[in-house]
Amino acid sequence: MLISSQRDEAGLQTTGNPTTTSSVEGDVVRDHLFRGATAFSGAAVFALVLAIVLSLAVGASLALHKFGVGFVSSTDWNPVTETFGAAAPIYGTLVTALIAMLLGIPISFGVALFITEVAPGWLKRPIGTAVELLAAVPSIIYGMWGLFVFAPWFAEHLQPWMQTYLGPLPYVGALFQGPPMGIGMLSAGLILAIMVVPFITAVMRDVFATVPTELRESAYGLGATTWEVVRYVVVPYTRTGALGGIMLGLGRALGETMAVTFVIGNAQRISTSLFMPGNTISSALANEFNEAVGDVYTSSLLALGLILFTITFVVLAGARLLLGRIGGRI
Amino acid sequence: MTLYQRRRLINLFSLGLSLAATALALSFLLWILWTLVSNGLPYLELITFTENTPPPGGQGGLANAIVGSLILTAGGILIGAPIGVLAGTYLSEFGRNSKLAALVRFVNDVLLSAPSIVIGVFVYEILVRRVGHFSAYAGAVALALIVIPIVVRTSEDMLRLVSDTMREAAAALGAPQWKIITHIVYRAARPGILTGILLAVARISGETAPLLFTALNNQFWSTRLGQPIANLPVVIFQFAMSPYDDWQHLAWAGALIITFSILILNIVARSFLRTRMSRY
Repeated sequence: MLISSQRDEAGLQTTGNPTTTSSVEGDVVRDHLFRGATAFSGAAVFALVLAIVLSLAVGASLALHKFGVGFVSSTDWNPVTETFGAAAPIYGTLVTALIAMLLGIPISFGVALFITEVAPGWLKRPIGTAVELLAAVPSIIYGMWGLFVFAPWFAEHLQPWMQTYLGPLPYVGALFQGPPMGIGMLSAGLILAIMVVPFITAVMRDVFATVPTELRESAYGLGATTWEVVRYVVVPYTRTGALGGIMLGLGRALGETMAVTFVIGNAQRISTSLFMPGNTISSALANEFNEAVGDVYTSSLLALGLILFTITFVVLAGARLLLGRIGGRI
Repeated sequence: MTLYQRRRLINLFSLGLSLAATALALSFLLWILWTLVSNGLPYLELITFTENTPPPGGQGGLANAIVGSLILTAGGILIGAPIGVLAGTYLSEFGRNSKLAALVRFVNDVLLSAPSIVIGVFVYEILVRRVGHFSAYAGAVALALIVIPIVVRTSEDMLRLVSDTMREAAAALGAPQWKIITHIVYRAARPGILTGILLAVARISGETAPLLFTALNNQFWSTRLGQPIANLPVVIFQFAMSPYDDWQHLAWAGALIITFSILILNIVARSFLRTRMSRY
């Protein structure tokens, strides 16, 4: 619309002065074509998200109509009788992500602290790069390592210890019962924790670096130790950004697929013990989507996808709002 | 213990913990890399690169999967990179402060971290289900959707690093805007944009989840884009989960190849990016 009207305008010009403006006319057209192409691509990015939500919603509508609100509260996942409830995968997604956050946040904070405040200058870059490489390792590799190396080690060394010392505790003890199999919700959460560390660390590093030198040095000048500077100056100053980084990591943990699929055990049930196998939304999709027969089954899986996309979208949108444009690394 | 001593002790303790956290994170990286080398290297032979994926118990390699992965990656980049660069150009050159640009930027940042399995399901819905069968096209499109947000982000950042005086100088000489951007700004930002694309290559080379429902897998040599195509991530997934020793060995060899290629790509891209960033 815009382009064609501009072309007309340029056409009028050429009739008045054909020799000198013919290249100007071409440039005007090209300017508008180029601008149109870039704006179209920009709009396509936005349209993509709408298309994802729309296609998932259309695909999921059958299951959502059939099961209603019960879809998110029922644990019944039975392809034979075609009754589906998403409570088990939703529970697994949230619990594994929670474990990942509980362990991942302190480790990320420690690494970011080490890189920005402790490490000597020549060591900052190599360590930073090494931590970033943790994010570059494909998730399927985490899965293989998790299943074949980490899980057996975990079952042999850590799980018996946890059973003995954490099992008898009141309340939390129930989380550490059952046979030490290595695979299960806890292993999945632990591997997710390692996977989110580079993302949270990168943001924390960046926001720690935004603290004005004057603030830092005034604190040092008053006689504060490095830890006191971090505790009373750096952390309060960067609270919002750090929270954004944490939510970014949470978004990753919620949607992570292959690593979890390898180690979680893929059982459609909710168990109190974290040692037991479970399921997440993404691992249910990875395992069952290609094998799903029947419209209701497929539609239920698409509904799972819609739920996952909605949860991660909200979390990631929150992260971006908190971060502004500071921490948006890849 | 005096107050001073106590403060020193707390300081030492906290910084010690941060050192421990760093050591822990790095030890996992080393552990994973060591696992890959010790499990993969013994099975990395010449036939791994020359033979196709074998049936259970047979001899073979990963040639079809490697070629398939290269085709899918190239396809994903060819579709995704131009759109990404153009959208990045819009954000940096035309729409800087417009509402649409703000919206695109926000949505793009969310897409950057969106679960890749949802992308796979989405492409299945729009391309595979409609056509009736899995295809390399669908796989390439799924990867392209992962490439786009990465390239949009890096392109915009790199284009913004080009100083406005260059644009103004070109405009003063009478150059139209499309010429300023394609001849001056792109040229100045080229290394940065290419680095962004390189990072996108690294990211999609290991992506498994979006390919499960799109490109699927193919036991045989196939370069036809309308057919399911073999690719390293899905082969590794299937072989690693299989009960056959030969297949598991090949999975480890494939895992070694893929991880080290990606790590090298990343290191190259990042060092490139750093020297470039400091120049502008």
